[in-house]
Amino acid sequence: MKRLSWFNVTSLTLGFAFLYLPMLVLVIYSFNASKLVTVWAGFSTKWYGTLFQNEAFLDAAWVTLKVAVVSSTFATILGTMAAYVLVRGGRFMGRTLFSGMIYAPLVMPEVITGLSLLLLFIGIGLDRGVLTIVLAHTTFSMCYVSVVVSSRLVTFDRSLEEAALDLGSTPWEAFRLVTLPIIAPAVISGWLLAFTLSLDDLVIASFTSGPSATTLPIKIFSAVRLGVSPEINALSTIMILIVTVGVVTASLVTKRNAIRAQNDAQAAERATG
Amino acid sequence: MMRRTTLILIPYLWLLLLFFAPFLIVLKISLSDAALAIPPYTPNLKDGIGALIRELDFENFVFLTEDDLYWKAYLSSLRIALVSTVLTLLVGYPIAYGMAKAPEEWRATLMMLVILPFWTSFLIRVYAWMGILSNEGLLNQLLLWLGVTSEPLVILNTTTAVYIGIVYTYLPFMILPIYAALDRLDSSLDEAAQDLGCTRRQAFWLVTIPLSKNGIVAGSFLVFIPALGEFVIPSLLGGSGTLMIGKVLWEEFFNNRDWPVASAVAVILLLILILPIVLFQRNQQKQQEAEQ
Repeated sequence: MKRLSWFNVTSLTLGFAFLYLPMLVLVIYSFNASKLVTVWAGFSTKWYGTLFQNEAFLDAAWVTLKVAVVSSTFATILGTMAAYVLVRGGRFMGRTLFSGMIYAPLVMPEVITGLSLLLLFIGIGLDRGVLTIVLAHTTFSMCYVSVVVSSRLVTFDRSLEEAALDLGSTPWEAFRLVTLPIIAPAVISGWLLAFTLSLDDLVIASFTSGPSATTLPIKIFSAVRLGVSPEINALSTIMILIVTVGVVTASLVTKRNAIRAQNDAQAAERATG
Repeated sequence: MMRRTTLILIPYLWLLLLFFAPFLIVLKISLSDAALAIPPYTPNLKDGIGALIRELDFENFVFLTEDDLYWKAYLSSLRIALVSTVLTLLVGYPIAYGMAKAPEEWRATLMMLVILPFWTSFLIRVYAWMGILSNEGLLNQLLLWLGVTSEPLVILNTTTAVYIGIVYTYLPFMILPIYAALDRLDSSLDEAAQDLGCTRRQAFWLVTIPLSKNGIVAGSFLVFIPALGEFVIPSLLGGSGTLMIGKVLWEEFFNNRDWPVASAVAVILLLILILPIVLFQRNQQKQQEAEQ
């Protein structure tokens, strides 16, 4: 095994310190007793208490969660269909426009996406609220889902599908029984990506939400505009904790599956050899 | 065949209606006049196509060229996006390189550590810097304690803070494609160069860098394109002195309620972005073809 050079060790250490120290500071100061965020005045969990009594934040969190679950589910269905069309659809009229519309939202500035959707909703007379945020989020996150799923579909062995068709299944059965289980990990990560994007979105939600629906990022943004606040630190800590648990669990599961697959392959080799 | 058509039509129509059509509306409104009404522009779609064409004018675009606020905002956005892309590359490349050189069993963990911030709320990651960079913030406390400065540095609400914010939040987008390119790289090429008499440094510049070019290009576009229209970072870290077009568009829309001018700002931003987006797509396609 090669050893890392001092240069690589230094750049990794500094790099990860840069990535993680700011978040660590945020977490530490959420337990600060003082209202002044820059002065340490002893350990306290009181900001978590005030956070959970703040009705406005809880309402916004609930709206955000609903929007995220619904929009990511629709985005996953539409995005998987779009990926299938892109990879397997062959040639059809307007294919270039279609793939353009899949990739463009990934790099489109959010202010433009938000503005244009708002103008559409007003143009067709749709009241702004939860529904319009869901439509907006579904639209931009389906593109992310479709990129994730199509990268899996490209590497997929097509003869498996053809075998199922030869053995008498309908195209839908072949998709459900053969293709879907194989691309499932990509579909699940697509859903998770769409869910996170929706939870996180400030700009598009600000344009497409009405007074009846405020999401958590909109609430956080209007609070932090006025400056640093310990309650927001507490909220951030909870969000960082949830993400950390999620990502660590996901990577442990992937690792375990990889090891199991390796063991299975070795066992099969021993059995046949 | 019916089934195939349905499968194509559903996502296609969805995107046409909710992605493509809205742009046409933005274009249309950018060519209309502001009015004191709801919606605050004239004529609206109900007046029909005839009225729309008769009232067509480029007043809003002329207005954009006359008021130098907009020119300055576009130029300063371009400059900020460009400088922060270069900075992100300088910070990101050594990290990606270190990851690619790390022992096999560490890589999954290192990869996870890069991806984790990416899943964490963008808004929160920008907010984290507000407490660090402020005049009484941690960074200034540290600098004063070390005796580097005798009075607090003003960092928050300057362009420097915006650079830090962009580098910090977009770093994973730079690291991941570069790491992917370096990971695929055959290390025997580097060894061959060294056997043939290159120093390690020469081998790095003449072999490793050119072979990771695709990753560098992809990462740079992934930072540059969204940074150009960035809104959250300049408005939380940049203060009133930092001019960026995303912020101007937001204020034009929400504060001044001038929808036609906001739309015109959006149209021009889009025109500026077309070139980098096309170049990015071409780079991605080339890479995909190379893989197949």
